[in-house]
Amino acid sequence: MKRPADENLHALADGRLEGEARREAEAWIAQNPDDAERVAQWRQQGRALHALFDPVREESMPARLAALPRPAAWRAAAAVAWVALGLGMGYAARGLITPAPQPELVLLRSAAVAHAAYVPEVRHPVEVAADQEAHLVAWLSKRLGTPIRAPHLGAAGYALLGGRLLPAEGGGNAAQFMYQSATGQRVTLYLRTGEKSNTGTAFRYAQQDGLAVFYWVEGDTGYALSGQLEREQLLQLATLAYRELNAAH
Amino acid sequence: MLSRSAVIEHLPRLRRYARALTGDRYAADDLVQDTLERALSRWALLRPGSQPVLWLLTIMHNLFENQRREAWRQVDAEQALAELAARPEQCDGLVLADLARALYRLPEEQRAVLLLVALEDLSYAETAQVLGIPVGTVMSRLARAHTRLARILDGEDAGPELKIVK
Repeated sequence: MKRPADENLHALADGRLEGEARREAEAWIAQNPDDAERVAQWRQQGRALHALFDPVREESMPARLAALPRPAAWRAAAAVAWVALGLGMGYAARGLITPAPQPELVLLRSAAVAHAAYVPEVRHPVEVAADQEAHLVAWLSKRLGTPIRAPHLGAAGYALLGGRLLPAEGGGNAAQFMYQSATGQRVTLYLRTGEKSNTGTAFRYAQQDGLAVFYWVEGDTGYALSGQLEREQLLQLATLAYRELNAAH
Repeated sequence: MLSRSAVIEHLPRLRRYARALTGDRYAADDLVQDTLERALSRWALLRPGSQPVLWLLTIMHNLFENQRREAWRQVDAEQALAELAARPEQCDGLVLADLARALYRLPEEQRAVLLLVALEDLSYAETAQVLGIPVGTVMSRLARAHTRLARILDGEDAGPELKIVK
């Protein structure tokens, strides 16, 4: 017996295979336990997705969704909107949804802005260069009001260029360390104190327009490592930074 | 024609799909609300005979794509799980928390196809219509999603596991 095409086995698992193709696929898996196991796993995924998300349908409807326009208003609004091609309506809808900034999103945004501001600098990427590392770390620790460290990322091929002091959103100070690889690729580590962590040390990841950021909170210090790197590469650096920061010293 | 009752009828389903897609309660309801606003302003564009639910899912998908381009994207599987309080712990011996974590490690394009087929029970052709891609692409993305998910669940694809740093 010839093995059915892969796509037919997937379609069988999804219940999307009919007729002769289905009979062939079923006959095949009846005699080939490995493929039978695969198809069973894929079916299991479907059932499990239902188990996971079907409860959402039963959740009480938030007021903003329950408050759909009345039928008459619906038709009138639709007519107006059709003429206006949605002008303004989008803005009106947007106005309803302005989530309060979460502290960690402020950390993320601040880090990304600081990265974008200083990484392109050719002559003054840092305020204090790495040849005065001890002074740099002591100075930033003093200004942030807590002992901080500049993790060494040499193991991943990134050398410390130096650092700078920055004003933090909402008051206080923040610090930025900049690192550079042999090929000139730069990453920055942004730190600020005064974080109220309720999520432990979970790494979070975000990316926008090619800039990737891993950020986390440890104690009352928030860290964000930013770089124009692939997620995997940046994760490797973030993991190294995390280990360095938490190594006994 | 898209009537108010038809929309209300589809609301729970739209919420389920949005939640599974975004992994976040608030982002999901924002997406549903935006979808309804858009549908409200465009319902005249709905062709007679077409299925309102597919049209709504298409709008939702386009909005989701636009938001992804504009906004910081973050899916926190732990958060997503915490918000699914009513779910059972297991299904077929599969720990659902593991499934959710694996789901958010799939590329979004694969996740969308998997959810439309396996969760929303759309045909391949309907899925292709909603996502605006060829049927062949639906099938290949689905195959990749199945395989990758199974690998992650088997622990063969550790991927960027964030807890290892601790």
